[in-house]
Amino acid sequence: MLPCPSSSRGKCKLLRLQELQTPPVSSKVFIQRDYTSGTICRFQTKFPSELENRVDKQQFEDTIQTLNNLYAEAEKLGGRSYLEGCLACLTAYTVFLCLETHYEKVLKKISRFIKDQNEKIYAPRGLLLTDPIERGLRVVEITIFEDRGVGSGR
Amino acid sequence: MKSCEYQQIDPRALSVSPLSAQSHPQTKAQRPRRKWEVFPGKNRFFCNGRIILSRQSGVLPLTLGLIVITCGLFFAFDCPFLVEHLTVFIPVIGGALFVFVILSLFRTSFTDPGILPRATPDEAADIERQIDSSGSSSYRPPPRTKEILINQQVVKLKYCFTCKMFRPPRTSHCSLCDNCVERFDHHCPWVGNCVGKRNYRFFYSFIISLSFLTSFIFGCVITHLTLRCHAGKSLIQAIQESPLVICFFSVWSILGLSGFHTYLVASNLTTNEDIKGSWSSKRGAEDSGNPYTYNGIIKNCCATLCGPMPPSLIDRRGFVPPDEAAAAACTSEIELPPFTAKNDTNMCTQSTKDVLERMLHSSDFHGVCPAGPPKTSPLGLEASDSLGAARAPSMCSRRADSPCTTCARSRKDSLHSINPAFRLASPSPSLPRVNLALSDTQEKGFIPLP
Repeated sequence: MLPCPSSSRGKCKLLRLQELQTPPVSSKVFIQRDYTSGTICRFQTKFPSELENRVDKQQFEDTIQTLNNLYAEAEKLGGRSYLEGCLACLTAYTVFLCLETHYEKVLKKISRFIKDQNEKIYAPRGLLLTDPIERGLRVVEITIFEDRGVGSGR
Repeated sequence: MKSCEYQQIDPRALSVSPLSAQSHPQTKAQRPRRKWEVFPGKNRFFCNGRIILSRQSGVLPLTLGLIVITCGLFFAFDCPFLVEHLTVFIPVIGGALFVFVILSLFRTSFTDPGILPRATPDEAADIERQIDSSGSSSYRPPPRTKEILINQQVVKLKYCFTCKMFRPPRTSHCSLCDNCVERFDHHCPWVGNCVGKRNYRFFYSFIISLSFLTSFIFGCVITHLTLRCHAGKSLIQAIQESPLVICFFSVWSILGLSGFHTYLVASNLTTNEDIKGSWSSKRGAEDSGNPYTYNGIIKNCCATLCGPMPPSLIDRRGFVPPDEAAAAACTSEIELPPFTAKNDTNMCTQSTKDVLERMLHSSDFHGVCPAGPPKTSPLGLEASDSLGAARAPSMCSRRADSPCTTCARSRKDSLHSINPAFRLASPSPSLPRVNLALSDTQEKGFIPLP
């Protein structure tokens, strides 16, 4: 059915058409960064109220804590990172063009972890975690999808 | 008249109405674009996004020219004499230093300094909501700062109006590049790029190696002149043939700069913080220590120079998702009535959800004057108009300067509109601009407590 732009009826018709095609997104929750330990990448583990009915608090905190641990591992200052830094310096930083850095390896691990968590825990509950790297490591974005059975409240 | 009707819904209903598709054939045929092509900052990209430079490349060609000319003169005039009279290692050392300097310079100039991608419209709306709900009852929008504790020290985070987020600690917005850069040190015109978290170590190795190079050349030239004078040739002629003059003037400034940055590295400070005196002990005894220092020179040096290399957050070579591509296409003019929201730039296929949202948001904006804060479901189709319109400006294409400057300015203006619900919306000319003065003052007033 073609929309009639000048009337709201037309818009309602379009709306109904689209409801059938895409799962309606109810809202998004953003878990912000926790800077209490400095500029290292850490996310707040505080359980957001919007997720109360959706997922178990402990599970959520475990996910975020594991994420934090993984990022800490990526940014750890230790023998390995110093070795990598010195090697890079000696080769005038050309080595980074060929080798994958430790950080990048851990980021891949994080992607796999998030995909895994989504498949096992969050997707069955109508939630989706977005990898923080896609948001510039600023937030963990959790998209809450509506149950189709429940009205969207419009 | 039929064409007028379709024109009205044209930008919205691409995937619904076949007629509109015919009128904009290039949208269907649009190849997937890489993110660097729609990057909102003032940067230039080469090699399909692999190389990033500031748009204001400053005097990078001059820097390169000076280095190459100086070394060229050195190798041409001094080396033959010194190889003959001293040792063959002189050009070898000079050559190695020269290569190191050039590679470091290129790494500094062509690397992403740690640019933070701008907040997505959803994030921006969420932050706005949090600011609103933290208690400002006055009509003026609250000043955008947030206080947090870092290592038991109070640090203020400022809200960036361009990037629509609270800047992480040590992040600053570079006005030349129009980007927020993490651990922002300074914008260096000599390398034509910002110096930040990701390329500070390259910059440091560039200036240290350049110090060594210029000192080495300076020393060799002095030796050469001394030997020549002993051999009886005139001093003036010898000087004319040498790169002495360039070296003489540059060696002191470069040595000074290296010394300064060595101090910064050892105390884990940035030039920005040092200039502003953020952690200066003069300000107030115990309270103003640097919360980022590891309290050890060696540890600070290792952390800054040999720490793990963070990845680039802007993902230059990734492909733009179809949703965002659609938003980017429809943003060149942020006008409210749907049929004037022209797709002068390329039109991409939109997701139908975006279609609906924008239609509703634009009509809401006209008809409704929301008094309260935006609702809690930003993507719900009833939600305030902030999202639909805000999604557009944030993906403003940077290929053409002027429309995007307009976007940026109009975004800034819109943020200061009185009604919080309109805060992220595109500006209507009728909205008062009384709060323009607040745009750059982010330090006054109360601070919403986290």
